[in-house]
Amino acid sequence: MKLRTLFAALLFVPLCGLAADKEFTLVIKDHYFVPSEIRVPAGQKVKLIVENQDATPEEFESHELNREKIIAPKSKVSIFIGPLKAGKYPFFGEFNQATARGIVIAE
Amino acid sequence: MFGPAIIIFRETLEAALVLGIVAAATRGVDRRGLWLCLGVLAGLIGSAIIAGLTETIAQLADGSGQELFNAGVLGVAVLMLAWHHIWMASHGAELARDARHLGTAVKDGQRELSAIAILVALTVLREGAESVLFLHGIAMSGTSSLTDIIAGGALGLAGGAVIGMIMYLGLMRIPLRWFFSVTGALLVLLAAGLAGQMARFLIQADLIPALATPLWDTTALLPTKSLLGSILHVLVGYESAPSGMQILFYAGTLAIIISCSALVKRRQTGPLLKPTQA
Repeated sequence: MKLRTLFAALLFVPLCGLAADKEFTLVIKDHYFVPSEIRVPAGQKVKLIVENQDATPEEFESHELNREKIIAPKSKVSIFIGPLKAGKYPFFGEFNQATARGIVIAE
Repeated sequence: MFGPAIIIFRETLEAALVLGIVAAATRGVDRRGLWLCLGVLAGLIGSAIIAGLTETIAQLADGSGQELFNAGVLGVAVLMLAWHHIWMASHGAELARDARHLGTAVKDGQRELSAIAILVALTVLREGAESVLFLHGIAMSGTSSLTDIIAGGALGLAGGAVIGMIMYLGLMRIPLRWFFSVTGALLVLLAAGLAGQMARFLIQADLIPALATPLWDTTALLPTKSLLGSILHVLVGYESAPSGMQILFYAGTLAIIISCSALVKRRQTGPLLKPTQA
């Protein structure tokens, strides 16, 4: 009984986000992000499409954006970010931190 | 060698801390060692399988499969912790009493231990799959020798294990009077933190709104990925830039587990307080 209540409470998750969001594409090549700087509109949710062209996996990570996601070799994923306040949000590839660095600029 | 070691250490840290806490929290329950080992083993096997399936999972749900998978894994882990805590609400006194006499372990804890084993397996799985992917990646890129990769991985793993062991030994020094209250509180906070992480993945997949992004930002003060930040992240669900929805999930999980445990406890002690009504 208690567990069922718990189940119900945890599954009670409002679904939304049907509106079309602006999309931005980011490519990982030779352990670099291209482009390394992305300008997105502030105050609205945007969709980042990250394509890993390398033969090794990468983890897109940003403390400021509060995001982390593994991208398998030769594959493409989407990551929703924002709505962001105007400002700079650095991100990096956790598996190749020396080279894979970039920044999202919300304006 | 040290690059891989640091990354593996970070991935291992969370699983090691969780293992340290649940190993202490299940003190006095019969055959806990066996169940914990089963959990770790299942998690390691699962890691290899999930790492191999990364691309397949990622392509599901329009590129958001990884988030849904992680959210599902975290959701089950939260349920297992909730169950454990509610079970402890009815058996805690018994455990505290029996733990004083060596060799008289609680016998009916097996079902409860299977929940703990599932929790351990899921925690190892989440962190393990990332480690496998990372190590496989650097092995394929050919920038490091195989010995360097293995040595780095082992060093990172050992570092994580040491922290987990310190956690366990530290907890075991707590006097029995407070012991199960402390481990119980730690596990409830762990559950709330995992629920917060689950919310983050659902937001990242655009299934729920973020509400406020972020509600606060203490990245400059204490980044989540620093050692202290990571430990607090596991222990109390600390995040340097959480969204409003994450805090809602966190607080909601705390409220549900605490109130359910209180209800169970009251039902148990109820008849004793009102003997004349029987």
